[in-house]
Amino acid sequence: MIPHGNSETPASSATEINREAPKASPAPAEPHDRGAWGLWEVFVRSSRGLSHVHAGSLHAPDAAMALRNARDLYTRRNEGVSIWVVPADAIAASDPDSKGSFFESPQGKDYRHATYYTKSEGVKHL
Amino acid sequence: MAAQNLQSVPAERTAGTSETADAEGQAHFDRIIAEDSRIEPRDWMPAAYRKTLLRQVSQHAHSEIIGMQPEANWISRAPSLKRKAILMAKVQDEAGHGLYLYSAAETLGQSRDKMMDDLIAGKARYSSIFNYPARTWADMGAIGWLVDGAAICNQVPLCRASYGPYGRAMVRVCKEESFHQRQGFEILLELSNGTPEQKQMAQDAVNRWYAPALMMFGPPDDDSPNSKQSMAWNIKRFSNDELRSRFVGMMVEQVRVLGLTLPDDQVRFNEDTRKWEHGPLDWHEFQEVLAGRGPCNAQRLERRRAAHDDGAWVREAAAAYAAKQSAKQQKEYAA
Repeated sequence: MIPHGNSETPASSATEINREAPKASPAPAEPHDRGAWGLWEVFVRSSRGLSHVHAGSLHAPDAAMALRNARDLYTRRNEGVSIWVVPADAIAASDPDSKGSFFESPQGKDYRHATYYTKSEGVKHL
Repeated sequence: MAAQNLQSVPAERTAGTSETADAEGQAHFDRIIAEDSRIEPRDWMPAAYRKTLLRQVSQHAHSEIIGMQPEANWISRAPSLKRKAILMAKVQDEAGHGLYLYSAAETLGQSRDKMMDDLIAGKARYSSIFNYPARTWADMGAIGWLVDGAAICNQVPLCRASYGPYGRAMVRVCKEESFHQRQGFEILLELSNGTPEQKQMAQDAVNRWYAPALMMFGPPDDDSPNSKQSMAWNIKRFSNDELRSRFVGMMVEQVRVLGLTLPDDQVRFNEDTRKWEHGPLDWHEFQEVLAGRGPCNAQRLERRRAAHDDGAWVREAAAAYAAKQSAKQQKEYAA
């Protein structure tokens, strides 16, 4: 039974994630003389108790340099107490072209929200 | 500033060759623009939108990088240790701004190396303002107050640009830019309250930077063919003349606090249009500087090229070290 979503393409099929696919921007590949400097995504924890949040990206030859560059680039004003760097090509992402089917499952399920239940209005501590 | 090469998009959908895919993409794009929402790197976008943005964002990045030079030139001669430290922080910020913007430009599908190469080869443009010389210490004040002031005026609306990575980069830039303008203002204020010679030096710097700063907003609206399309795409939010007029109004107030004057006796508030007006600007000069015939164009590019070449051994050493470490690691795994 498929109550929600497109019955032909299951919401979480393997086609949603394709590690071999090229980047979306259909730009011609450029020859690199600094090709060893990969792209890293930077995540910064602004203070204890909070999550790491994506801050931006940078180029670096290895993880140690990526961390140092990230410190210089994204925390010049005490913006962080902790940094993660992740090689950009290690990130798998959902497909923006899936036209919402990937996120369709929660649609029409208002009962997952507290606001769906109105009869208890006025009752204290509920 | 998400990665350009996040990998999940199925290959057959990325080519954008089929007409139906383009029609669907265009409809989706138009809807997002109409809702004043944001376009993200892997969304379908019209080729002209991508091209316009890539040009604008990469030129903006180049401007930040070249913009380090007029001020870096004064670090060793700044009048105190505190001023040197401030100037170094500011120049470091400009480098950071360039890097944020290169990241944003990369998400449009251009490699950073290609952008760097274009700049060094003299194929890319950057803001004409950085082709003027910084002659005295007071120029550090005038650059901070007028040039960074104009940049802020331009950049605050860009925080809402329809292209997500560009807007996010601009938010970061704007947060840092306000320190730049205030420190420039303070330099001028201190000189203005100093000896008559110091005050004259401050006035002279304001006189030289005023017109070039006004021209930073770009040609007059009637002469700026791309502006309309950029505004329709929600990249630009206000026209060149609109922003220039606002900027003049702010400067009129602030120059009084400085005890200096603007070198323009035609500045006035037009009660009918409710806008600030200024005297004529030399747009011929603007075009000349943009075309590479300004006072410092050759010098700026030469310096950029030399810095790139001088840094080659660092890039090579870092890459070699990374390769060696990675080989070592693989050997350990294998063992």
